[in-house]
Amino acid sequence: MTPTTSTNNPALRRRVLRAGLCIGVLSISPRLALPADDNFRAAVTALTGGRVPQTGRVRLDLSPLVENGNAVPVSLSVDSPMTAADHVRRMALLTERNPQPDVAVFQLSLMSGRAQVSTRMRLATSQTVWALAELADGSWWQHGVNVIVTLAACVEGESS
Amino acid sequence: MSTRALLFAPASAARGSVIELRATIAHPMETGYRRSSEGEMQPRDLVRRIEARFEGERFFSAELHAAIAANPFLSFSLKLPGSGELSVRWLGDRGFAHEERVRITAT
Repeated sequence: MTPTTSTNNPALRRRVLRAGLCIGVLSISPRLALPADDNFRAAVTALTGGRVPQTGRVRLDLSPLVENGNAVPVSLSVDSPMTAADHVRRMALLTERNPQPDVAVFQLSLMSGRAQVSTRMRLATSQTVWALAELADGSWWQHGVNVIVTLAACVEGESS
Repeated sequence: MSTRALLFAPASAARGSVIELRATIAHPMETGYRRSSEGEMQPRDLVRRIEARFEGERFFSAELHAAIAANPFLSFSLKLPGSGELSVRWLGDRGFAHEERVRITAT
């Protein structure tokens, strides 16, 4: 859960600069002047209400090499019986280095029957994508996947 | 308002079985971070929320942000309690709202 990057890293700085170009005007906003790591941690804390997620239980499926960051298939799942005593309440998708860490939060129920959700997301740069899951006992679990993106989202406009 | 949306569900399935549902809608998911070719900021225009109900009971919902791709696609599941109507509602910026319904028969 602790990203091991440092702002002295020139490769990272280049990536951040590139992301800055991508998000343009937003870089003026003081909130985004914070290091990406702080933004990401704040988003996790806001989601879990301060509970620290453990590694495991939840699984994030996503290709480690992405050609086009505009529409990246992702799938989140937990091997759960989905019974009243043992089920998944919420699953969430977060990114470390998109302009905004939150991607989506999915609210499940016993009627879901299975804890599996798929969608398509945008990736602004190579980074770690995280799946988080909240179980019925209130515990939080996480799984991160490193992805390399060759064509970033929002550099290539996908709509007119 | 002619929004194109698709809701895929099996027409029939065994009662108590878990079925996969797929929902997609034509929508730009404009992030609010981009400029047009004329250099003007494009205002944010997102689908913010999707809610799925079976016979009126909500069993799944999703909160979406700018990092969900254009024409948002979602697949999720339902443990079919019996025959009934599935409805999916999309809600977004600028008062965007759309609903699709489909009937599922339990066998």
